Amino acid sequence: MSALHAASAVPEKLTWSGGSEPLKASYGKLMMWFFLLSDTFTFSALLVTYGMIRFSQQAYEGVHEKFFFSTTHWPIPDKVFEAVPFLHGVEAPLVFVGIMTFILIFSSVTMVLAVEAGHRGDRADVEKWMLWTIIGGFTFLGSQAWEWSHFIHGPEDLALAAKDALGNPIEGANLVRNPYGPPAFADLFFFITGFHGTHVFSGVVLNILIFFNTATGLYDRRGHYEMVEKVGLYWHFVDLVWVFVFTFFYLV
Amino acid sequence: MASHGHSSHSEEKVIPAPQTAAIWKTFWILLILTAIEFIIAFTLPANGIRVAIFAGMTIVKAFYIVGEFMHLKHEVKTLIWAILIPTIFVVWLLIALIYEGGHLY
Repeated sequence: MSALHAASAVPEKLTWSGGSEPLKASYGKLMMWFFLLSDTFTFSALLVTYGMIRFSQQAYEGVHEKFFFSTTHWPIPDKVFEAVPFLHGVEAPLVFVGIMTFILIFSSVTMVLAVEAGHRGDRADVEKWMLWTIIGGFTFLGSQAWEWSHFIHGPEDLALAAKDALGNPIEGANLVRNPYGPPAFADLFFFITGFHGTHVFSGVVLNILIFFNTATGLYDRRGHYEMVEKVGLYWHFVDLVWVFVFTFFYLV
Repeated sequence: MASHGHSSHSEEKVIPAPQTAAIWKTFWILLILTAIEFIIAFTLPANGIRVAIFAGMTIVKAFYIVGEFMHLKHEVKTLIWAILIPTIFVVWLLIALIYEGGHLY
């Protein structure tokens, strides 16, 4: 306690012995920042791979309306992702992924509202916003599960599916072949959205932990809500990654 | 409200009013940018210019998420650069390999 006190009172003496914070951020927050930076490298590796492979493959040259699935050219994303739950046979390109993006951005907003409530020491508000963030996270995960299931089943109309070497339509997507395009397309879909989904899942687990600790009054007793900020950084990062995945995988 | 309950151990505990104007402003910016991306996806033909527009808009969105939500804009300069410089190199690698991929084909 006295050492902590001294840090603010006699910084000069302790500058080189761990007594000062050169970046004006706590140890925990700094380590979260540098962890997120290293996680950026991992996600970038996946996106760099996607960019490289996608543009080294044959692109579809014809008009958008006449597009057809084939293993010899890269699919147009809005032709692959065009289904919405409960709307059978309705073509709604990218609508569902747009809803998912909105859910994740909104859960990022509720997270930052929880952090703001933490700064004011308002326990009830932190609980409320954390709960909304957790609900947003679960909704996103559920949507992604639906998206994966739909992707793996492939187009309902087999006439639309890409053909294999023998001219038979390919049923169902896996890591070896898929009805939409070259094998790498499904591989990259599974790896990129799967890796991101895993991050969302661990983020939801951390959020539940924070909610529990807030509800039991741990942060009130501790006197600060810094843990909400640290987990908040992680949650915003997950949202940030989705912004990039959305652009590069679904729009480009 | 609840502050009456434990006023015994902290009598000065008055919860200030929320300051959320900047948060909601950032939210609307992100939402509008995403909506514009949607419109572009269905109106502009797929080409290099469209990819560049998407990449640029994504970086603007990233700026608002990292700057406002993650609060990096309000940290000290050293921390900002420590995060930003490695990221700039990574973005360069991403753009470079998209370009190189086009030459492989």
